[in-house]
Amino acid sequence: MSTSLLIVQTLNGLQLGVLLFLIAAGLTLVFGVMDFINLAHGVQYMLGAYLAVMFYAFTGNFFFALVLALGAALVFGLLLEFAVFRHLYDRDHLDQVIATFGIILFLNQGVKILWGASPLSLPMPEMFSGSVVLMPGILYPVWRLVIIGSGLGVALILYLLVSHTRVGMLVRAGATNAAMVSALGVDIRRLFMIVFGFGTMLAGFAGIMIAPILSVEPGMGDTILILAFVVIVIGGIGSIRGAFIAALLIGLVDTLGRSFAVDILRLFLAPSPARTVGPAIASMLIYLLMAVVLYVRPSGLFPAKGR
Amino acid sequence: MAEAVLRIENLAKNFGGLRVTDDVTLDVMPGELHAVIGPNGAGKTTLINQISGLLAPDAGRIVFGGEDVTALSVDRRAQRGLARSFQITSILPRFSVLENVALAVQARSGSSFRFFRSAAAEDALNEAARGALAQVGLAEREHVPAGELSHGEKRALELAIALAMEPKLLLLDEPMAGTGRDETERLVTALRSLKGRFPMVLVEHDMHAVFALADRISVLIYGKILASGTPAQVRADPQVVTAYLGEEME
Amino acid sequence: MADAALPTPATRPAARRGLFAANALPIAIFLLFAILPLFAFRAEVYVLSLVTRVMIFAIAALALDLLIGYGALVSFGHAAFMGLGAYAVGILSSHGIHDALIGLPVALGAAALFAFLTGIVCLRTKGVYFIMITLAFGQMAFFTASSLAPYGGDDGLTIRVRSTLAGFPIFSGDRSLYYICLICLLGAYLLCRALVASRFGRVYRGARENPLRVSTIGFEVYRYQLVAYVIAGALGGLSGFLLGNATDFVSPAYMSWQRSGELLIMVIFGGIGTLNGAIVGAAAFLLVEEWLSGITEHWKVIFGPLLVLVAVFAPGGLLGLVARLRRMIRG
Repeated sequence: MSTSLLIVQTLNGLQLGVLLFLIAAGLTLVFGVMDFINLAHGVQYMLGAYLAVMFYAFTGNFFFALVLALGAALVFGLLLEFAVFRHLYDRDHLDQVIATFGIILFLNQGVKILWGASPLSLPMPEMFSGSVVLMPGILYPVWRLVIIGSGLGVALILYLLVSHTRVGMLVRAGATNAAMVSALGVDIRRLFMIVFGFGTMLAGFAGIMIAPILSVEPGMGDTILILAFVVIVIGGIGSIRGAFIAALLIGLVDTLGRSFAVDILRLFLAPSPARTVGPAIASMLIYLLMAVVLYVRPSGLFPAKGR
Repeated sequence: MAEAVLRIENLAKNFGGLRVTDDVTLDVMPGELHAVIGPNGAGKTTLINQISGLLAPDAGRIVFGGEDVTALSVDRRAQRGLARSFQITSILPRFSVLENVALAVQARSGSSFRFFRSAAAEDALNEAARGALAQVGLAEREHVPAGELSHGEKRALELAIALAMEPKLLLLDEPMAGTGRDETERLVTALRSLKGRFPMVLVEHDMHAVFALADRISVLIYGKILASGTPAQVRADPQVVTAYLGEEME
Repeated sequence: MADAALPTPATRPAARRGLFAANALPIAIFLLFAILPLFAFRAEVYVLSLVTRVMIFAIAALALDLLIGYGALVSFGHAAFMGLGAYAVGILSSHGIHDALIGLPVALGAAALFAFLTGIVCLRTKGVYFIMITLAFGQMAFFTASSLAPYGGDDGLTIRVRSTLAGFPIFSGDRSLYYICLICLLGAYLLCRALVASRFGRVYRGARENPLRVSTIGFEVYRYQLVAYVIAGALGGLSGFLLGNATDFVSPAYMSWQRSGELLIMVIFGGIGTLNGAIVGAAAFLLVEEWLSGITEHWKVIFGPLLVLVAVFAPGGLLGLVARLRRMIRG
């Protein structure tokens, strides 16, 4: 367990955390403001990545691809809202679960039809493709730093939007009591659309940023979706601040846990059982964390609707 | 000197900086109907919630039937005979009227961890339930889904459910809330017929009902008991008149 | 919500006059299942194995409907119980223990114990938090199974010898396994029906309507929900036990969250809170999946929108849709 490994993994944990935040932010707002369980949020992340690959093939430039893909992801998200989600806002959560599950099936298969089942890759921009020396002996990929940076930047923008603009105030109010906001004369449908569109773009953005590092393939949104739900539950539904803290927490716990679980267990167990039990415990760590948090705070850490 | 069925000692509850229940001491004697009146926001429902166990007090004791129940859960207190009706109607809307009451009867007649026999076929439960329904005038409506009842009928159903529990003490939180004149009269008659069978704590705004039914009245203002005594005493108390009753009761 | 098809015992005394008429659907379903093997002819192996799967998942779906339809306890980790049952068969089999007289109690016991321990924690939460925490425990079971290297880990475990009953290989033949599953399904169905109508069921259903009211009547809601959760878990274990025998295989995928999601879909598809809906939903889901995947490998691209349409236009699932159609026809 060397310090440099610790530092690198901490940064990786931050990067995962920031990524999770981008996805969880949209999810928690949609759930908090619109009381809508959107299982399809994960495929929006996947779609961002695929659109970026496609636009990169047309333009040959990462940044053009990024902008175009974001735009396309937004359009697609709004289309989805218009065609499907709009009809389900007043419905039972279970109806929303089945509908969004259907969209997952549809889109996962759809990208397979359009782009094939093999993983695709998206090259990262030239200027960010190297590694940088953080400290003597620690080489870290620049792109990962870019992800961390842009993620924190987006978090800052979100914070400013939510706490210093009128729309942001309406969103916060909506997360606390949507019926009241509507009763006060606010066009709640438009607010929903804005919240939803924004969330979609954030998820798409996350997908585009991570594409150069991971492979772009059907189903890539499924695991991250579950993680995002864990984040918003721990953080408290409807709370961006909660999502931020929980996302970083989970990113760190998951990454550091996987790296060091076996080593930590070796302090208590013999090497062989440590090596078998370690990875299993590492995978479960965030779920254990969620169980503990919910046991102590059954509504998460910072629920928008209060405890 | 008879033992009080319910004794509340120095009960206190704060919400943030607000003292919603401020050193309240109160007792309820066997067979009496003890009304608690006061302006909105005085803390009456909070008091009822603490007695029934929905809210934990910050200080003080609640002694029911000689037993300190302050730490007991809602269901444990109900098992000991503490029944309540709710200010905002709380029934089981998709159950029939009969089944709503039969469930309450079931709580008092043996274990409910029975898995194989149909509960609806248990005649004993149904008969007892019908008895309670008859007392509140809902006998003809027994098969109607409770959610379809009129507001006044739902209030009566609330009362029937409480009755079916064979309570040792009944807490009534504004049973006349929102009822029209006829239904109010029916509820008053029903309550009058129950007087003496078991003690009741009645929280109400309807002063005619209160003065028609109460043996004793306690006046709650800003979480404190301002006065407590017979209706005549309370009516004459100048503090109460200024703070709450005004000139209306002359 | 799915109000359309919820016949509670006391609201319809008239229904008792026609015990046969009121139960026409389940009677028809079970009769159909019973005589199907006689008509399968050349496609016998295929049809039997397909309908066996249907019946097995129907058992798990029944258990889940007990939770979500009658208790408003939406469990997103139900597949874990199935997986536990299947692993019971697999692990015991790999050690040479094939007798169902041992295997079945182990499967039921393991599932019930897991339900008890996780239920204690889960039932302290409500709503979406409950959904998430059941998911969490399902995932924990999944990852534990993935790490069981001696039992196949990620790749799963082949079950070389099916269960026997006191030495008789009744699980090994297609037909006998089929009828065993049918009997189990019938038993599970009758158990659930009895539970729902019993004193226990009344308290449990009341807690779904208004938990506050039920507790002020004197019932400790948590206890009743925990018992229901354990029963549902045990039924899931039964279903898993049968599944292991039917597929001769078990893997962590049997416990995946996707599988839990599919179980939820089956129940919602059929119509929650009806029990009949669980069987219909499991059958509809698996049969449509089978049919569509025969047409194209990209069947999910059709199935997905189908689910969306069901969600938007048929709340109350298939049975709710049928009930509405019948009302429209009657005028």
